[in-house]
Amino acid sequence: MGLVISFWLFGAVAILAALGVVFLKNIFHAALSLILCLLMVAGLYVTLSADFLAAVQVLIYVGAISVLIILAIMMTREFQRGSPGNRLQTPAFVVAILFLGVLVYALTATTWPISGAAPIEPTTDALAFKLLGKDGFVLPVEIAAVLLLSAVLGAIVIAREK
Amino acid sequence: MTLGLEHYLLLSAVLFTIGLYGALTRRNAIIIFMCIELMLNAVNITMVAFSRYIVPTLLTGQVFALFIIVVAAAEVAVGVAIVLAIYRGVQDIDITKVDLMKW
Repeated sequence: MGLVISFWLFGAVAILAALGVVFLKNIFHAALSLILCLLMVAGLYVTLSADFLAAVQVLIYVGAISVLIILAIMMTREFQRGSPGNRLQTPAFVVAILFLGVLVYALTATTWPISGAAPIEPTTDALAFKLLGKDGFVLPVEIAAVLLLSAVLGAIVIAREK
Repeated sequence: MTLGLEHYLLLSAVLFTIGLYGALTRRNAIIIFMCIELMLNAVNITMVAFSRYIVPTLLTGQVFALFIIVVAAAEVAVGVAIVLAIYRGVQDIDITKVDLMKW
């Protein structure tokens, strides 16, 4: 019962906060709304018994990525001008509603092969074996390290004063 | 009532659509970034929900979600650097005015 209540609470606040990201006039308020939405997603991970991912979500999204975005807002001084929309408002709305309709139809029309097995808790050990153990995802982990290194180098090269 | 896979999938579809609408209509490059983060998070919810309800003992969906988070972090770092470089060049991050490469 607590799971159901927390799902509806987290889900409702996440959707409201996502609407705030798109529709709030002040860009700084939109960034704060994004942080709220990311926190609610971390709560949803907890309801899905993904404890390690919830911690990673709080550390990386709420901790690091939101700081980067707020830093960009501060350095561009755009937040006095608000967040105006472009000329595509109506067509984009129609496209978004159509897309949502297709998604909802596909989701509800499919019969998913639900498994009744109990989830692994806690997930940290199991995830470590999955990532680094035998027959695991070792190569993607190494590639992710290379990707992060090249992204950091690229960011430094692009943002550096000439 | 009980929670099912469909609840999470529908929530994630709604979040993804909100992010899609924002990314298509906003003119500020940073807001577009935030909307892309929303869409990535919606996909992550889907991955974790599939992992929980369809293969609860394999955790593959959670591994995918971890890699999505890694790629999102790299994307934001490079993206913010590009926004700052554009701002230094044209003193504006309104993407309708950044049309040097548009014919």
